[in-house]
Amino acid sequence: MSEMATGHSTGESGHGSPHRLDTIVRYTANDRTNHWLTAIAFVLAAVSGLALFHPALFGLSSLFGGGPWTRILHPFIGLFMVLAFTFLAVRFWSHNFMQPRDWQWLRQIDDVVVNREDRLPEVGKYNAGQKLLFWVLVLCLLGLFFTGFVIWRAYFAFYFPIDVVRIAAILHALCAFVLVSSIIVHVYAAIWVKGSVHAMTRGTVTPGWAWKHHRAWYREMIHAANSRSRPD
Amino acid sequence: MALQSLDIIRRSATTLPEPEIRVGTGDQVVAKLIDTTKCIGCKACQVACMEWNDLRDDIGTNVGQYQNPHDLTASSWTLMRFAEVENTKGDLEWLIRKDGCMHCQDPGCLKACPSPGAIVQYANGIVDFHEENCIGCGYCITGCPFNVPRISKKDNKAYKCTLCSDRVSVGLEPACIKSCPTGALVFGTKDDMKLHAAERVEDLKSRGFENAGLYDPPGVSGTHVMYVLHHADQPELYSGLPKDPHISPMVRLWKGFTKPLGLAAMALTAVVGFFHFIRVGPNETDAGDEAAADEMARSEKAP
Repeated sequence: MSEMATGHSTGESGHGSPHRLDTIVRYTANDRTNHWLTAIAFVLAAVSGLALFHPALFGLSSLFGGGPWTRILHPFIGLFMVLAFTFLAVRFWSHNFMQPRDWQWLRQIDDVVVNREDRLPEVGKYNAGQKLLFWVLVLCLLGLFFTGFVIWRAYFAFYFPIDVVRIAAILHALCAFVLVSSIIVHVYAAIWVKGSVHAMTRGTVTPGWAWKHHRAWYREMIHAANSRSRPD
Repeated sequence: MALQSLDIIRRSATTLPEPEIRVGTGDQVVAKLIDTTKCIGCKACQVACMEWNDLRDDIGTNVGQYQNPHDLTASSWTLMRFAEVENTKGDLEWLIRKDGCMHCQDPGCLKACPSPGAIVQYANGIVDFHEENCIGCGYCITGCPFNVPRISKKDNKAYKCTLCSDRVSVGLEPACIKSCPTGALVFGTKDDMKLHAAERVEDLKSRGFENAGLYDPPGVSGTHVMYVLHHADQPELYSGLPKDPHISPMVRLWKGFTKPLGLAAMALTAVVGFFHFIRVGPNETDAGDEAAADEMARSEKAP
C-alpha cells in the first residue's frame, strides 16, 4: 500500500476540489524501464527463436547477423529476458492473485470483449485477464529458462541424456508458442483499451480511466491520497 | 560436398521440393556393407578416413582397451568399437563394429536441422552435412537415432562421415573401403550389397551362426550403411547398436505438424485481434467516466 501511495501524484486541481486526482501514477519510471527492457528482450528473443522455429521464418536470422549469430545470441537474450522479467514479476506478484470477483469477471468474458464494462464486477489493479496472463508468463518463462539450458548445445546440452534433450526441445517450442501468443493478446489489449499504452510509456492514467477499468484500485488510490492529505 | 545440386533430393529446413528434373532417370542408390564377421579391428579404415578427409584428431589417452579414440569426434568420423561379450556357451566373443554415420534413408538429423541446406540427402542416398550452412545448434544430435553427429570445439559446426560423397560422385569408392585388408568393407549399389550380404548370411548360418543376418533397420526406412552381424537378433551386443532405431516420436512431434500449426495459431491470434478492433473498436474513456471518477473521489472522502 505504501508503494501505491508513493507512486501516486495527487495533483490537486485548484482549491475548490482538494480531492480531485488529476492524474494517477500507475507505473513508476523504474517499472516502465523494467517493463520495456523485458519487452525489448522478448521481441529479440522471439524473433531470433522464430527464425529457428519454422523454415519459413529462417530469414529472420539475417536480422541478427546470420544463422550462427542467431544461435549464439538467442540464449543470452533469453537469459536477459528472464532476468528482467524476474524483477517485474516480484514487483507485480502480490497484485495478481485471483479473487472471487475475478472469476466472475472471467465468466462474463462476453461482456468484456464487447466493451460492456458497466456490467462487470469491480476490478483491482489488474483484471482477471491480466492476472491470468501474468501467471502464464511466469510459467512460460520458467519453462523456457530450464528447457533452454538443456538444449543449449554449446555449454550445457551434453550434460543431459538425449531423451531429456528431445523432450526439452519440444517443451521449449511449446512454451515459446504460448508466450508469443499471449504477448500478441497482451499487445492487442493495450491497443484496444485506450490509455494503457500511455500508462506504460508515461506512467500515468486519468481518474476516469482508473474508475472505468480498475475501480477497486481507483478507490484504494483515493483512500491513500486522503490518508496522506489528512493530518493524523 | 561436391555433388551437383540437381542430385540433391532433400534439404534440411526447406518447405518446397528440390529440383526434380532428374528424378526417375535411373539414379543408383548406394550402400556400404560392413561385415562385422570379417573385421579384424585393424583400424585401417580409421586411418584411411583421416587421410582422405585430412582430419587429425587430438592424441588421446590409453585406458587399457583397443578402442581409440574412445568415441566419435568432430575429427574422427569412423571408429572401431570393441565389445567383449560372453556368449551362452561361456566363450568370449570379440565383437568389433565400425561405427559412424548410417546414412539413414529417413534421416533424423535432416528432419531436426533448422538451417536451410545445412543437411542434404543425395539421390544416391548419402546424407551430407554442408558446414557452410551449419549454425552449430546441435539439433542434428537431438534428431539422430544413432548418436553420430559431433559439434567441433574449434568452429562449433557439426561433422560426421560423408560416405566420401566427393569420391562417390566421381565413381570412386569411399576411402575406408579401399583400405580394408579383409574385405569386411564393400561398397556398391544397395541391391548388390543386399545380395552380397545374403550370401554372407547363408555362409554364416552354415557355420553355426543361426542368428546371422543383415542390419538394414526399417525404422529409418533402411540405411545406406549396413552391417552383417553374427547375432542380428541382438544388435545391442555390438557396443549398443540400437535394435529398432527410428526417429524419436518427440523429434517427429517437435518438427512435424506442430510447427505449421503453431505458426498458424500465432498468426490467427493477431488476425482475431485486428478484426476485434475493426468490429468492436477501442475501449475509450470519455468525459462521463472522468465525471464519475470525480464524483467517486468526492463521495469516498472520509468524513
